[in-house]
Amino acid sequence: MKAKRLRRTSLYIPGTNPGMLANASVYGADSIILDLEDGVPVPEKDAARILVRNALKSVPYRGAEVTVRVNALSTPFGRDDFREIIPLAPDAIRLPKCESADDVREADALMTEIELNSGVEAGTVGIIAITESARGGRNLSEIAAASPRVIALNYGAEDYTADIGAVRTKEGRELDDIRAKVIVAARIAGVQALDSVFGDVNDMEGLYAEALRVRLLGFDGKSVIHPRQIPVVHRAFTPSEQEIGFARRVMAAFREASSRGAGVIALDGRMIDAPVVARAEKILALAEAAGCLPGER
Amino acid sequence: MLLERTGVAGSLESCDALVMVILSPDREGVEIELESPSIASFGEEMKRAVMETLESLDVQHGYVKVQDRGSLDCTLRARTETAARRALAVPDGEKVEE
Amino acid sequence: MPPGRKVTTMDTDSRKVFFFTGEKKVIPSIGKKREKGKIVASLEEAFRLADVRDGMTISFHHHLRDGDLVVNMALDVLAKMGIRDLVLAPSALFPVHERLLRHVRSGVIRSIEGSVNGPVGRAASEGLFSSPVILRSHGGRVRAMQAGELRVDVAVLAAPAADAMGNLSGISGPSACGSLGYAFTDAQYADRVIAVTDNLVSYPAVPFSIPQTLVDWVVPVESIGVPEKIVSGTLRVTRDPLRLIIAEHVAKVVEESGLFTDGFSMQAGAGGISLAASAFIRERMKAAGIRGSFISGGITGQSVEMLEEGLFESLLDVQSFDLEAVASLASNRGHAEMSASFYANTASKGCAVDMLDVAVLGATQVDMDFNVNVNTESDGVLLHGIGGHMDTAAGAAMTVIVTPLFRGRMPMIVDSVLTVTTPGETVDVVVTERGVAVNPRRKDLLENLRGKGIPLMEIGDLKKTAEEFTGIPKTPSFGDNVIGIVEYRDGTIIDTIRQRI
Repeated sequence: MKAKRLRRTSLYIPGTNPGMLANASVYGADSIILDLEDGVPVPEKDAARILVRNALKSVPYRGAEVTVRVNALSTPFGRDDFREIIPLAPDAIRLPKCESADDVREADALMTEIELNSGVEAGTVGIIAITESARGGRNLSEIAAASPRVIALNYGAEDYTADIGAVRTKEGRELDDIRAKVIVAARIAGVQALDSVFGDVNDMEGLYAEALRVRLLGFDGKSVIHPRQIPVVHRAFTPSEQEIGFARRVMAAFREASSRGAGVIALDGRMIDAPVVARAEKILALAEAAGCLPGER
Repeated sequence: MLLERTGVAGSLESCDALVMVILSPDREGVEIELESPSIASFGEEMKRAVMETLESLDVQHGYVKVQDRGSLDCTLRARTETAARRALAVPDGEKVEE
Repeated sequence: MPPGRKVTTMDTDSRKVFFFTGEKKVIPSIGKKREKGKIVASLEEAFRLADVRDGMTISFHHHLRDGDLVVNMALDVLAKMGIRDLVLAPSALFPVHERLLRHVRSGVIRSIEGSVNGPVGRAASEGLFSSPVILRSHGGRVRAMQAGELRVDVAVLAAPAADAMGNLSGISGPSACGSLGYAFTDAQYADRVIAVTDNLVSYPAVPFSIPQTLVDWVVPVESIGVPEKIVSGTLRVTRDPLRLIIAEHVAKVVEESGLFTDGFSMQAGAGGISLAASAFIRERMKAAGIRGSFISGGITGQSVEMLEEGLFESLLDVQSFDLEAVASLASNRGHAEMSASFYANTASKGCAVDMLDVAVLGATQVDMDFNVNVNTESDGVLLHGIGGHMDTAAGAAMTVIVTPLFRGRMPMIVDSVLTVTTPGETVDVVVTERGVAVNPRRKDLLENLRGKGIPLMEIGDLKKTAEEFTGIPKTPSFGDNVIGIVEYRDGTIIDTIRQRI
């Protein structure tokens, strides 16, 4: 199920760089973002659009989820992006500047129209909604619920902090609020919460610390801008032995209760609710991806 | 003297190609000048990629110069298409007067 | 007295040569120290003394790499002297040697045996030489000299340090290059040996790599090389993410190969991927607490650091690549210089490559039988010499070939390589960014590598994956004219190279 697939890392690939477009899936990122938006200067928007379209058509991206960050429909470039890209049916588009449910619905309708005209089953292409403003931050729940295409919520740290008048710091406390909002809205809608980029590609310790912190907050993954950030984020998204051990016991209790037809799951004398089971499943999925579960490689 | 419109796309970076498309209604058909390190192995495919791309845009008369730096087929087609579209987008008023 | 041995009594003239039997004592030591020893004023004079004639074989070593000035200098002198039809026998050539083409065109050089590079190779592919270039590996070249198949009349040895009696060293002087491993074997086998130096030191030049007993003349010149092109500052590991992925796979393969234990030995090139692979292996050695026996081949600052960290007992140096390596050769006990013969000569009494556990080598192409091409590019043009490739691959317990799956638009994995340099029987693993192929002959290796998270693929699938990106290339066209012969390390011919049309 699309919403549930692992997205520990999402690697940005500038749509203007043919070499990187060809090699995007080599670096082990769970999801790749072929970027037509902020990574592409205005005079090259047309060129990037065609490069990405052709790459979607011809490059065998194996293993990774393929997403395209299109330009927002409010820009002169958005509509052309949709027209060229949607027929190639990437796994999802990343939709910037989502301020309200209307933004999502507008994209949804256009995507349906193009899918049907191209012989693609309607609803095939997902949406990862990116919020970049105070207003968008407040409307996250409706954005998440606006369309079944929405599979994850993401936010743009730079634009968001600029919009709320905060200053970007290394520690990132100014992002506490939007992070919390994204996680809550994502959970309510049953979609993933994805954190933003860590800009300093030379600071691996700082990256690890931030990635671990956001995992513990409840994020499902983080965007990265350089391949060397991928193993670091994956390490942060690798559960500890204790977490894995506990998760295994939860799942065992769950299976045991199910096989008995029991309505209540108990572990160590305490009741375990559905969210605990869901989280245990997620932990085991992360562990498996990291190769921690023996025999799973 | 009929007027020419030019469009350029791409770069001389590794894995890319710099493609110049000149639309000249004067010309007989399309002439392609190709410079590539892979010309011995892929020269024909590359020329075909350029021709097919121009055909899809209904470009029948012109001259294309390709300076290839090891681009894949999808990249060469993309650069050709973008260059041709840029040439086609040159508005009448800006055509070079002879 | 052994039977059949003719005995003569010493005559008075002989007594005068060897003993003091007159009014004045001729004391050889004073004569040689206070006069010039073997020093001659110019290369031309040395060539005259060596009686250089048309058709002779002249050899050079390549320790000064692209900073070398001596090869061009010597050939210009020979040309000026009116010498023609020479056979050039370099251990390797570099782009700086493109100038020798004018001497080929003018008839000073008739043919080349040993190695070519870049423009010289391209000229060969275009049919410039009247007889085929003979390509030999480092080890094969020595074998040929030893067997008398390559008779070197005059060896010209660029020497970063030399004394008046011809003791030569590579570790000091403005053009220091470290090991003189290739020069040593030339000095051993050539009829006449001319040393060219820009750094005359007082007698005796200790420590020396080449002893005076092998050297005929010493020619002091202004400069033998361009320092920054001889040895770089410390070579840096690549930052290219794709190459780092390949290097990571290599380290994983080595770790799981079954060879990764105390006493481990390895050789890796100085290219981007190889250096990175060595760096990753270094980390894993530290983590596993492994103490290796030796690193061989071309020595870099990274190898030196691994020696000094205690990860390896020794470095066997046939070529020093950077300043750190040069300095280490001069000061580290565990850093030993080895000759080309010691390194790779299959006709010696034992060579280093046969003791190797792991070799990490490059390629221009690899095929379905794991044959490796390092001589011709995908367009069929001869651009590279063999180096130690076929030697190292034959000797190493596990030979790992590293290459991106495709370069530009050219796939690196093909049906059949255009030139077989290193036969597939000696190649064990091919590592690309998208997959790792193990030679099916190596069932033992396959067992060790399975289930360890290494992206194992059939070599055929690797090729198909490459072609998914690039398409299937047309094979270049060749004429009938053979312009190059690839000689295997045992003297047999493993492949030929034809003229490109």
